[in-house]
Amino acid sequence: MAGSVERDRAALNRLPRWLVPALAVLPAIGLAVFYLWPLLTLLQRVVQPGSIGHALSAPGVARVLWFTLWQALASTALTLAVGFAPAYVLARYRFPGRRALLAAVTVPFMLPTVVVGAAFLALLPQSWHGTARAVIVAHVFFNVAVVVRLVGAMWAVLPTDLTAAARTLGASPAQVLRHVVLPLLRPALWAAATVVFLFTFTSFGAARLLGGAANPTLEVEIARRATQLGDVDGAAVLSVLQLLVLAVVVWWSARWQRRAAVQFAGVGAPRRSRSRAERRWVPTVAAATAVAMLTPLAVLISRSLRLGGRWSLAAWRTLGSAEVRPGISLGVDPLASLVTSFRLAAVATVLSVAIGGLAALAIVSAHRHGRLLDVGLMLPLGTSAVTIGLGMLITFDTAPFDWRAAWWLIPAGHALVATPFVVRALLPVLRSIPADQRAAAATLGASPLRAWLAVDVRRVMRPLVAAAGLAAAISLGEFGATTFLTRSGRETMPIAIARLLGRTGQVPRAQGFALASILLVATAAVVMVASVLGERGGASDA
Amino acid sequence: MAAAVLLAACGNDDASNGSTTPGTTGGTTAPAAITMVVYDSFPTADTPLNEALAEFTADTGIAVRLVTAGDAGTMVTKAALTAGNPEGDVMWGVDNTLLSAATDGGVFQSAPTPVDFGDVCENNDIASFADHGIAPPATLADLLLPQYAGLLVVENPATSSPGLAFLLATVAYAGEDGWQQYWRDLRDNGVEVADSWDVAYYERFSGAAGGEGDKPLVVSYGSSPPAEVVFADPPRTDAPTGVAAGTCFRQTEYAGVLRGTKHPAEAQQLVQFLVGERFQRELPLTLFVYPVNTDVQLPDVFTEFAVVPDDPFEIVPATIAANREQWQDQWNEIVLR
Repeated sequence: MAGSVERDRAALNRLPRWLVPALAVLPAIGLAVFYLWPLLTLLQRVVQPGSIGHALSAPGVARVLWFTLWQALASTALTLAVGFAPAYVLARYRFPGRRALLAAVTVPFMLPTVVVGAAFLALLPQSWHGTARAVIVAHVFFNVAVVVRLVGAMWAVLPTDLTAAARTLGASPAQVLRHVVLPLLRPALWAAATVVFLFTFTSFGAARLLGGAANPTLEVEIARRATQLGDVDGAAVLSVLQLLVLAVVVWWSARWQRRAAVQFAGVGAPRRSRSRAERRWVPTVAAATAVAMLTPLAVLISRSLRLGGRWSLAAWRTLGSAEVRPGISLGVDPLASLVTSFRLAAVATVLSVAIGGLAALAIVSAHRHGRLLDVGLMLPLGTSAVTIGLGMLITFDTAPFDWRAAWWLIPAGHALVATPFVVRALLPVLRSIPADQRAAAATLGASPLRAWLAVDVRRVMRPLVAAAGLAAAISLGEFGATTFLTRSGRETMPIAIARLLGRTGQVPRAQGFALASILLVATAAVVMVASVLGERGGASDA
Repeated sequence: MAAAVLLAACGNDDASNGSTTPGTTGGTTAPAAITMVVYDSFPTADTPLNEALAEFTADTGIAVRLVTAGDAGTMVTKAALTAGNPEGDVMWGVDNTLLSAATDGGVFQSAPTPVDFGDVCENNDIASFADHGIAPPATLADLLLPQYAGLLVVENPATSSPGLAFLLATVAYAGEDGWQQYWRDLRDNGVEVADSWDVAYYERFSGAAGGEGDKPLVVSYGSSPPAEVVFADPPRTDAPTGVAAGTCFRQTEYAGVLRGTKHPAEAQQLVQFLVGERFQRELPLTLFVYPVNTDVQLPDVFTEFAVVPDDPFEIVPATIAANREQWQDQWNEIVLR
């Protein structure tokens, strides 16, 4: 391994010296202008005298902080508990429909948060709307995939002989779980808990639809302060406060994960159920998981087809005309928002694939210096979308950088959110390219630059398609940053959905569910197509 | 190609006519088209107001596109956040409760002009109270009585201007130190909150024709009953809704040219048209507010059924400006949390 890196380096040293700076310049400028500058503007707002005191003494802020924290902890604990059984079954057993179940568990995680929020508005009884439980239940649904994937991945390679030995020595299944399995899984459990906590602590779309005004999370409160009260300074203080909390959690969790790291050589392939008990409960867990994952989405679609207690296509038929009464329109045109969203997603995808692709190539080609760009491009990932949107809104408001009306500001924000994912998807592929392929190309007479183009750039094409799908899905569902950057009359789908579901009338609500159904299908289709295309490429690259 | 379409569709706020087809932009040589930002309940098509605007376009060659920006509170906050680079050229409907937020935020190019006024009052569904054999409430104090528990829907003062006006009525009534207790009592009496007047009146209130609500009490306007008579189907000669004259707050709406417009002359021309007789005479029976233009003769159905309170609650603009944000915040904490 180390040897191959050495040879890699030797081969790359012959690449033209301008290559890395040329690749890195666009990503670096994008990061500086659209991320670092807004962040500094936010910080500058916060350090103004009196700003912090004013924001923290505003009524209800302490309660918002407390609610955000406890709902995130509760959501995390519950997600771990709920995800445990499906993680085990999917990791350890082979049964018909296993791959489909794995996909069904993963789908909610890829869905826009407003779609998940809408699905639970459709599913949960009226009395749950605006409650903490509604928020927590949606969070569990959304994040079970994290536990199944992270904990499941470790469980799959857990040596079976250890548990078998413990059983032979007379340990009960509970004792085996407690003394053997859990300690071995601890690093994965920590990792999953951290990811779920971060997601639920910064929850916006689902929290806004389900928690309502009564139970706002920090993100919802930041948006309310800025876009309803016009208290931008207060919103900025809360944003920075949230950033600090996130930084502390990430640092603390990284420390714990290192300490809890366990090494073992994995031998444990999924097998068929053997004992009679297994044959009974493995299918039960699998079926229950499938039902739990698909029901909210099915109910969402069915609610868009119901009006006044009867089945009706009215909401779908009137989707293009936003009138609620003659002459009075809702101010959102659902179909126009569909077109807007797809256009913006196309631009955001091109931007993030271009920037992310260049950045990934630069990072790999530059070795040590690439780390700076690598870490820099990951920063937006640790920043909440609401913070990104708020920062952009208050930064780009003065000429000659007054871009609030520019059509590309929203896709730029989306690209900022999506680019880290593109980079993450490409880096492993690029790093796995053996140096001898490049050497072979060079032997065949290619110049170093040509060899690099022929091997590295071509290799990256297929995973780039997968990354493009991911970026498109992120842009289609992006809600937090868009809330700040959206302009009246040009709403995106998630904004239109939130506006429609903010109404109590039957028709607008059914229209909201219909539009959420469209967004659900569109996102799922984009992700599936991209992952199929990407997997085909990935298999030959691995 | 895609980028060009995008540019045409999104790059121009103000270079299109019609509210749903922003794709057909002319070049710079086309006659000016301007955008008027309005609140939710302003009609965007098919009413005499829109006909009047069409006449303006026919006379001047200036096309007017209407953009709906949420309820008045949301609209003004957004305008403050986009001040200098506005979402349109003219804004309709900033009222005296929000005026300071708009002017402090540098929203307007010059002082906005009053365009209409009305009174925000609690309205009631007459038939519903008759069915239950109880008299509807007449004053703010009445709303706290147990027989009205769970019957009232109000608008959120952070997002809605009638909501803010009603909050201010309670401040004027109970005092700057007493309104908090009034709202605690109102909350305990089961008040419901909607985000906009449109939702409260048409989706929660039981007295609105064509509405689907079940609440017989709503915060609306003293001039809402004429609307119920005008739009009644089948026609009727009496109003199905009543007004509690002891709950009213006087509201004046303004329109003005937004700072940062690329068409200041055309925008100014539109504002002048908005206060002219041709447009003002359509206000009573479309927006159900009083025109400021004294040349306009009020329609009979309006004078007959609108309630004008003798002594509406009032708070001086400076006091509103100094306390608005804090009161909205405190209200949120008391009622919604």
